Amino acid sequence: MAAVFSPRANVIVTVVMLGAVGVVVGVCLWWFTWPRSDYVRHVGWAIQQPVPFSHQHHVAGLGIDCRFCHSSVERSAQASLPPTFTCMTCHSQIWTNAALLAEVRDSLSENRPIVWARVTDVPDYVYFNHSIHVSKGVGCESCHGDVARMPLTYKAKTLTMQFCLDCHRDPGPNLRPLANIYDTNWHPDPATPPPAELMRAYHIGGRNLTECAICHR
Amino acid sequence: MRNAAAFAVGIAAMALVVAGCDDMTSQKKQNPYASRATAPGDVPSGTVQYGEAPRPAPPLTMALLERGRTEYHVFCAPCHAETGDGHGMIVQRGFPAAPPLATAELMAAPPQRLYDVVTGGWGVMYGFAQRIAPDDRWAVVAYVRALQRSQHMMLADLTPRQRAAP
Repeated sequence: MAAVFSPRANVIVTVVMLGAVGVVVGVCLWWFTWPRSDYVRHVGWAIQQPVPFSHQHHVAGLGIDCRFCHSSVERSAQASLPPTFTCMTCHSQIWTNAALLAEVRDSLSENRPIVWARVTDVPDYVYFNHSIHVSKGVGCESCHGDVARMPLTYKAKTLTMQFCLDCHRDPGPNLRPLANIYDTNWHPDPATPPPAELMRAYHIGGRNLTECAICHR
Repeated sequence: MRNAAAFAVGIAAMALVVAGCDDMTSQKKQNPYASRATAPGDVPSGTVQYGEAPRPAPPLTMALLERGRTEYHVFCAPCHAETGDGHGMIVQRGFPAAPPLATAELMAAPPQRLYDVVTGGWGVMYGFAQRIAPDDRWAVVAYVRALQRSQHMMLADLTPRQRAAP
């Protein structure tokens, strides 16, 4: 009786089994890493806006503070996008004929808000609150990156749950003095209080910051 | 035949379950303020218009002055400059120059006048009612007063203790 399997069968079985294991491992890796990749999280993508607003020009160039436009950041969950009125505080007098600003002028004359495209979005089940973060020593930069050097605004951090938890588990190293909250290119210097001292000064540590209900309702 | 029917029902049930899957990133939450049609329009009785509610000045404290310095830096300094001389960065870029703050006229102006200008604007200056909260406006007024005095201070005006301070 002839052999059921030819000698080649050994090779075929080995290749198929290794291939199957490879596919399973590959799918698992892809399933885990793909949603966390910068590509999927749109990190570094400059987003098309109705007016190509440059934070680099307004913040780094002119020295305008974040709060001049995002004025509710200290009091509200939302940092808030400025109404056209805020743009016109200056642009009613300067660059009044710039074609680039036609959308802003039309918005004012037609009493129609400018609809900006959202750059940083968290899922609707995340209840992020700006005011508590800026009053407890977390700078804008920690989540938004060096916005003052962005000619067009892009998302600088992944903002995954892992990203939030990294800080909520150990906030100290991400805290800064109140005077430096709105500096988006801040580096600790020898005079900066150590993390433990900042934690005490901001009264952080009394509550477990990784409780679900801190961010989810 | 029965097996095939049961199989089909099972597949259909599973399809239904999977169709319910959603990571809930976008939720259709109630937000009555999202549209003018659904926003609550009734104004409760006793409500006065925002800009017209008189606001007494809070007590003058060091904390109020420091708050005023922050708010002045954020909202006023772009035009009025950190010194109040009216040559801030926006003026350097073509905005009409703001009048200097440390003039005899403005030093004599009542605080309420300064508060009203911060609230409602003056000349080409827009009002900041919507961006600066009422108590913070008073803080700005207090800080402007400090700024004015700092530029007309004589050595003779200082107490011996202040003179001794480094």
